[in-house]
Amino acid sequence: MYRIRLHGRGGQGIKTAGRIVGSAFFAEGYEVQDAPRYGAERRGAPLFATVRASKRPIRERGSIRRPDLVVVADATLIPVASAGVLAGLDERSTLLIASDVASDVWRERLCVAGPVFVLPAEAGERDETGFLGARCAAAVVRMVGVVSRASLEGAIREEIGPLGERAVAGSLSRALRVWEQLEDRSGCVTEGPEDAADVSERPDWIDLPFDPARVSAPDVFGVATSVQVRTGLWRTMRPLIDRDVCRGCAWVCSTFCPDGAIGVDATGAPQIDYDHCKGCLVCVAVCPPHAIRAVPEREAAAEEAM
Amino acid sequence: MTRRLLTGNGAAAWGARLAEVDYVPAFPITPQTEIIETLAAWIDGAELAARMVTLDSEHSMITAAGAAAATGVRVFTATSSQGLLYAMEMIYAVAGWRAPFVLVNVSRGVASPVTLESDHNDVLAARDSGFLQLHCATCQEVLDSVLLAFRLAEDSRVRLPAIVNLDGFSLSFTREPVEIPEPGTARGFLPAFDPENVRFRASQPVSQAVAVLGGGPYSYFRYEMHRAAERALEVYDEVSREFADAFGREHRAVETYRSEDAEIVFVMIGSFATRAIDAVDRLRAAGRSVGLVRPRLLRPYPVGALRRALAGKRGVAVIDQNLSMGKGGILHAELASALYGQPEAPAALVSFIGGLGGRDIGPDELHEIAEVTQRAADSGRVPEPRLLYTARELREVRKLQGIAVAERNQTGSVGEGSR
Repeated sequence: MYRIRLHGRGGQGIKTAGRIVGSAFFAEGYEVQDAPRYGAERRGAPLFATVRASKRPIRERGSIRRPDLVVVADATLIPVASAGVLAGLDERSTLLIASDVASDVWRERLCVAGPVFVLPAEAGERDETGFLGARCAAAVVRMVGVVSRASLEGAIREEIGPLGERAVAGSLSRALRVWEQLEDRSGCVTEGPEDAADVSERPDWIDLPFDPARVSAPDVFGVATSVQVRTGLWRTMRPLIDRDVCRGCAWVCSTFCPDGAIGVDATGAPQIDYDHCKGCLVCVAVCPPHAIRAVPEREAAAEEAM
Repeated sequence: MTRRLLTGNGAAAWGARLAEVDYVPAFPITPQTEIIETLAAWIDGAELAARMVTLDSEHSMITAAGAAAATGVRVFTATSSQGLLYAMEMIYAVAGWRAPFVLVNVSRGVASPVTLESDHNDVLAARDSGFLQLHCATCQEVLDSVLLAFRLAEDSRVRLPAIVNLDGFSLSFTREPVEIPEPGTARGFLPAFDPENVRFRASQPVSQAVAVLGGGPYSYFRYEMHRAAERALEVYDEVSREFADAFGREHRAVETYRSEDAEIVFVMIGSFATRAIDAVDRLRAAGRSVGLVRPRLLRPYPVGALRRALAGKRGVAVIDQNLSMGKGGILHAELASALYGQPEAPAALVSFIGGLGGRDIGPDELHEIAEVTQRAADSGRVPEPRLLYTARELREVRKLQGIAVAERNQTGSVGEGSR
């Protein structure tokens, strides 16, 4: 069975990437199980999708213990422990990172035993974030080497179709470029071995101790703890206020901001708290004089660094 | 007939579509929302001739479902977790109306603390309501069970509402290959609802009410619901045979896998049972005599089929993805009552509780469950119920508790300063 896990942030097309991979395998005659996994908050929050494919019926469920291939669409997730990007990687797991940093550097940084490849951003590609999912999906089907280009194309049409012809065409052209680029990687990811009962490790079960209620109640007592959670890290798009256009009607954007991340300074001008703005872009939609625009976070961060 | 990748939610929606439902009262909740969205899109695109109404709560939604069913139309609705609990007053009330409809529950653990992921405490809270319960292990079963549930619920010998349960995430959001039957075949299996005396016509206004009754007549109506639910066992056997003839897929009240000649048997419900099938194969390959028995039907409880399937077994491991605080696993207790005093009752009935709030039950754990049950059968000593939990999981929690304490000390809690 092929066991593949794709990591990204909500809004990067990772759920769709998993479905493209699943549909491509299915078109190729494989039994397939694909599923996204995410929590209550989605856009910008870490999520992953799993795909299992086999010529036999699939009964395994849930998280993948030993993945054959892990794709990381957003390298900023790697240090986020709760994202679990490196979970279960062993010497035969392949790691593919969407990154401009060389694979050797990643291998050294991460101390992983298996092969590491990178999928660099396309040169001069401003709109690349919108097609990241399709590019990752193309990389996966190329690297397993058992899915035809026609099945990939069909899967992209099927999964992206509801978003319109432009999205399909954009996804197809990016995906097929990745397909060409990775020609010499075709078949580098193979099906992993199946578990056997006689070699399985025993679970380290414990008898759960009794804890008094002051310890075991799930209540969190504390003041202003949500301030500590820098949800701004989830942002894929950054709202920027053009001060020349802003009329200072700050009650509009600040009221509509679902996270209370827009405040008003002493001069009456709205200020965005980027530590907590998740990049939902409601402010962009509601701003009466259209003074707020959305910029890909990566670009905004790069500009800031300069 | 086409075979397509569908999520469990998509399969549930397809079941409702093929049942040609008339009315869908709706209220969204994770992880059920996709069912409602899918049906809404079909109704919008005139692919499904049904009326959908979004209600202000699940309580109203179930009231609307029962009321609509009491006019003699075919009703489908869906909820999950807190939604099912919020509707609970009406879950019990509408079952007593004897107006059949199908409610899909997408299992999700209940608060507190809050989780989005699956266990069976939500649906088991409706266990004693009078709703029949079908529990699914695959997305295919979800679609098929919606059709089966309508046949069962609407049967004149039964006429009780039915819940079709699918696990959140591991079925609701998971795509698997699903055969979608032809509408004609589905219609042949599930013709239009014949509501008998349950009907309402706008031109013939009637008032329908239930009475406040004393113990004698009250008991009569409750006992009759029980009799109808019991009768649903034989009706289920009938309709599932018809289903197999029509669609070539058999969904018995109790599914067995390599259990006939097994010494040790897993008993569990829901989607994790497919993992147990895998574990059975691996254990068999390693020379262990292990099988699986999975009740699909939980209400009515298929007591005869379970007794037959477990007669003469040495050890039975009941894996409960639910917890009755202060008692333990609900399925374990139910099975114990079914087997007690039976001449060929298994020597050891061992209780395992796990998979709460989406926690995995790993292959190594299933192997160990078989091992522990084997030891219990060999020694004649049944161990205490095992709450599946590892040292590593407790370390993680201790770490979180450490952070919580540190934060509390650092920031101070509300009102702390004044004390």
